[in-house]
Amino acid sequence: MEPILTINNLTKKFGYLTAVKNLTFTINKGNVYGILGPNGSGKSTTLGIVLNVVNKTQGDFHWFDGNTTTHDALKHVGAIIERPNFYAYMTAEQNLKLVCKIKGVNHSKIDEKLAIVGLLDRKNHKFRTYSLGMKQRLAIASALLNDPEILILDEPTNGLDPQGIHQIRQIIKDIAATGTTILLASHLLDEVEKVCTHVVVLRKGEKLYAGRVDEMINSHGFFELKADKQDELLGLLEMSSNFGKVKIEGELITAFLEEPMSASEFNKLMFEKGIILSHLVKRKESLEEQFLQLTDNQAN
Amino acid sequence: MLRLLQLELQKLWLNKASKVLIIISFILPFTVLILSSIKINFFGFFTLELGELGIFNFPIIWHITTFFAAQFKFFFAIVVVSMVGNEYSNKTLKQNLIDGLSKKEFILSKFYTIVFFSLCATILIGLATLLIGLYYSSHTEIAIIFREVNFLLAYFVKLVGFFSLCLFLGMLLKRSAFALGFLFLLFVSESIIYGIMRWKLASETADSIHDFFPLQSMWNLINQPIQRIVMTKFPDKAEMMYDFAVHWYEIAIVLGWTALFIFLSYQLLKKRDL
Repeated sequence: MEPILTINNLTKKFGYLTAVKNLTFTINKGNVYGILGPNGSGKSTTLGIVLNVVNKTQGDFHWFDGNTTTHDALKHVGAIIERPNFYAYMTAEQNLKLVCKIKGVNHSKIDEKLAIVGLLDRKNHKFRTYSLGMKQRLAIASALLNDPEILILDEPTNGLDPQGIHQIRQIIKDIAATGTTILLASHLLDEVEKVCTHVVVLRKGEKLYAGRVDEMINSHGFFELKADKQDELLGLLEMSSNFGKVKIEGELITAFLEEPMSASEFNKLMFEKGIILSHLVKRKESLEEQFLQLTDNQAN
Repeated sequence: MLRLLQLELQKLWLNKASKVLIIISFILPFTVLILSSIKINFFGFFTLELGELGIFNFPIIWHITTFFAAQFKFFFAIVVVSMVGNEYSNKTLKQNLIDGLSKKEFILSKFYTIVFFSLCATILIGLATLLIGLYYSSHTEIAIIFREVNFLLAYFVKLVGFFSLCLFLGMLLKRSAFALGFLFLLFVSESIIYGIMRWKLASETADSIHDFFPLQSMWNLINQPIQRIVMTKFPDKAEMMYDFAVHWYEIAIVLGWTALFIFLSYQLLKKRDL
């Protein structure tokens, strides 16, 4: 696999506070990566360092094969950070022309990219007249101007209304479908779950996990159960070696599997024991539950 | 270089406030210059014609126009300070860097703009002075016309130096208003320090140290011409003699400050986390 960004033992201190601690990970071409962590976990700082706006304290990073300077590498990167930063008094087109001049690319791409984010008909309107969702979409168009090898998005849906969030996610998915590598920083778990294939989980500047989203936790999933004979069901579950933890919330019983078992297998077993289930769902932990589990484990 | 200049000119020219300030800073000195060169009739009581005083004679006209035009530099100083302050407050500085502008290029694009503006101002003042001079001056020999043309160079260096100071203050304080306030503070403190030095040290030592202060060194480039005008009226008064010429070391000091301000601006940006 072709590496796009390699980070080695990166550390950033702001005075006494260590924002990023000994961070190491690699971004490879063609995947959609998420950097996941609560607010203040060092996501934006890490991105700031690799984008040359924050100075690192220790460690190093390099773009692509390591033979390009960060300054040159950034010409092949598209990035938006936190909130869209443009010149309020310029129109969308004028703003993008400025970005073209910085990146050293032709003006011809402007209309094409504005069309991707659905702003072509507003291109002659001043940036200050835009809604937050439109500003964010303009930022994405601007980041795409140089047909980047990697698109970096820091909290792209922050502060948007549901419709705006949906639009942005659709745009990200469309871009990912064209084969562009994407690095998405977010504190929203379901965003990462919906969009990303790989994830780096950060907490207080430390890496908790890096790898595929679906392999984040070795787990066989769990059953959500309801039955008229709740007490008998509970007794059976606790006796069985197949199950570990069992949780009861009102009528709903949640039983976590210790080893693989299909829903039909379980249903058959219960039927043989004379228990008729009124509700049976097999589920895997959502990223949110996995994330909380990860961060809990570290805290203990 | 052209790319960086275009970049900054686009930022300035599309901004209404800076566009107005730039136009004012070009037009105002000319209006004053032209108004002062025409005959003004005060309701038939008397006519005032400054040309009659001989101030539009070569070579003194170079001294006079550059001195008075330099007083209007404050308008563009506001533009310089706000072109840095706005980049900080709108976070466009951060976005520019992320888009692939290097920190060095960012400072250079501002500096090139300063040089470009100063050059335009110098050329325009030069042309206007030449035309008014040719119209009014009683001496029209080439040698006399161009004798003190080095005031133009001093004017150019003075503008570049002053705006570089503004650029540095903008980078240092990140807010236009603070930077302008600090500029005023610098002006006051130079006088206060000079006052203390005059009191504690020999006056010649105090004077020569004072000449190295940033604002004073820029002032020294073009000394006030009033005394010189008076001198032309009373040529026999030897005690009024003073050194008004442009000296190479005066230019060197200001160029030194300019280099220092630009270097420090770059270092500040390099060290800072945005």
